[in-house]
Amino acid sequence: MQKKFSSDRYDPLGSDRDALSRRHFIKGVIAAGTVAGAAGLMTSCSDGSDNSEGAPAAGSVERLVSINVNGNVRRVDVMPNETLAQTLRNKLSLTGTKLGCDRGSCGACTVMIDGVTQNSCSVLTHTVRDASVVTVEGVGGANGEIHPVQQAMIEELAPQCGYCTPGQVVSGVALLQRNPNPTREEVRQALAGNLCRCGAYNNYVNAIVKAAGSA
Amino acid sequence: MTKDMMPSFNLFQPADVESAVSLLSDAGENGWAMAGGQDSLDWFKDRIKRPTTVVDLSGITSLVGISETTDGVEIGALTTLTDVENNPIIKEKYGLLSMAASRVASPQIRNKGTLGGNISQDARCWYYRSGLDCYRAGGNTCYADTPEGMNREHCLFGASRCVAVTPSDTAVAIVSLEASMVIQGPNGERVVAAEDYFIGPAIDITHMTALKPGEVLTAIRIPAKWAGAKFYFEKVADRNTWDFPLVNIASAIQMSGDTIEDIRLTCGAVECVPKRLNVVEDIVRGSAANEETAELGAGAASRGASPLNYNHFKIPLMENLVKRAIRG
Repeated sequence: MQKKFSSDRYDPLGSDRDALSRRHFIKGVIAAGTVAGAAGLMTSCSDGSDNSEGAPAAGSVERLVSINVNGNVRRVDVMPNETLAQTLRNKLSLTGTKLGCDRGSCGACTVMIDGVTQNSCSVLTHTVRDASVVTVEGVGGANGEIHPVQQAMIEELAPQCGYCTPGQVVSGVALLQRNPNPTREEVRQALAGNLCRCGAYNNYVNAIVKAAGSA
Repeated sequence: MTKDMMPSFNLFQPADVESAVSLLSDAGENGWAMAGGQDSLDWFKDRIKRPTTVVDLSGITSLVGISETTDGVEIGALTTLTDVENNPIIKEKYGLLSMAASRVASPQIRNKGTLGGNISQDARCWYYRSGLDCYRAGGNTCYADTPEGMNREHCLFGASRCVAVTPSDTAVAIVSLEASMVIQGPNGERVVAAEDYFIGPAIDITHMTALKPGEVLTAIRIPAKWAGAKFYFEKVADRNTWDFPLVNIASAIQMSGDTIEDIRLTCGAVECVPKRLNVVEDIVRGSAANEETAELGAGAASRGASPLNYNHFKIPLMENLVKRAIRG
C-alpha cells in the first residue's frame, strides 16, 4: 500500500488526508463536545432541583427575556438560576467574557452593567433585564477598530497568557469613561479586582495610563 | 470548583417590601433573601445552601438611596457599597462609613454588593463554608477550635462552641456611628440598635444577625450625633483587595480642644459580633488624644482575650490599631 502523504511525520489518522484532515477531525470533536456540554448545562436545571413539582411556582420569573447587550436587544431563554456569564458565553456566543474562578474573586468575567463593572459570574441574568450590558466585544468601534485601551495593552505587552485580559480591558475602559484622566493610583484601584496569574499588573497599569494620555 | 449550573430554584422579583416579606414568610426555611447576590450565589454554587425560593430584593426601589432626615441620614439597605462610598453626605459628615465601604472586597463587588448585605453576611469560617456539620451548621462539633484546626482568622473573644468572627468592614463603622437598623417583617416594622443587630453564638449559634425568617433589613439610620466627628478606620488583611479583615477598627471621636470628649470604638474580626471596646472608651474619655492615652487604652483593649492556636498575633495587632485610632 502506497502512502499518499509526502511528509514522514507520524499521522495518527493513517492514510486519507483528503477525505478527513486532522483539522476537520479536531473541529468535529470540539463541536460534539460543545453540544454534549451544553446539553449537560441545560438538563442540570431540572435534574439538580429539589422541587418535587418541577414546574416553576406561580409568580416566579418568566424565562424568555430581552437583554440589551452591546447595544443590541437580544431575546434569550434564561433559567432562574443562570448567571450572566453563562448567558453571554453559552447562549449568546459572546465568549470574550472569560470564566476564571466563577466565585467573584478573579475578575476575568468583568462586564459593564449600566456603565459600572461587575463580575458577570456573580450576577443572575434575570437581575439585568432592564440594564444595558457591555462586554469586551462591545468596547471597540463600530467597524471593528480596537479601543485605545486595547491598543495600549498591545503596545505595553500587557497580555501574557491573555486569560484575564478581557476583564482588564473592561475595567480599564469603565475607568476612563468615568474618569478620563486618572492618576496611577486611581488606575491601580480600578484594576484591583482583576487577578493576573502571569503577574503583568504593571504592564496593565502602564497601558491604562498610556491610553488615558492618548484618548 | 465546579463551573456548571447552580441547583435550580424559583426566583421571585417583588417590587415592594411587603411582597418580599410575604414571599419569604410563605417559603419559611426554604426561602432566601438575596440583595446583591455576591455571597448568595457562592453558597448556591457550592451546594451548601439550597433554597427552593430565592427572593431577589434588587428590584425594590424603595430600598435604594441615601437621604438626609431630621436626625441624621437614612441609607436604604440595597444601596451599593460604591454609592455609599461616594455619596457626598456620607463622605462629608459620616466619612467613617465611606472609608469602611471603600475597603470592602474589589471594585466589581462593591458595584453590586449592598450595604445591607455586607453588614448581614454570614461567617467566613472555611470549615463552615465548606459544608461541614459544625455547630454553626446545626451539627455538634467545631473543626476550627481543635489543636490542628486552621484558626488563624478566628476569634479572640466571646467563643461559645463556634469561634467564627464577623467578616464585615462596614459593620464596625455603623456600630461606631451608633446606627440603628430598620427591619420589616410579617408583623410590621421594628428598629434595633446596630449593637443588638449582631448575635453571638451564645445566643444563637446558627445566625449572625437578629433577622428572623421572613424579615428583611430595609434601612440603616445614622444619627446626626456623630456627624463630622474625628474618624479613623483601618483594615489589616493578608491582601489589600478582595480579602476579609484579620482585624479592623473604626472609631468616632468628638474632640474638645485636645481632649477626647466622647468616643465610640469598635473592633472587627476578633469576635462573632463587632466588638465595642467600652472599657477603652471609658479609660480615654476626658483625656488628651496623645501617645500616653493611646498606650493606656491599647493595654486595656485585649483584656480578656483567649487566643486560639494560630491567632495570637491578633492581640498586638488589635492593640496597635486601637493606639492608632486614639491618636487619630
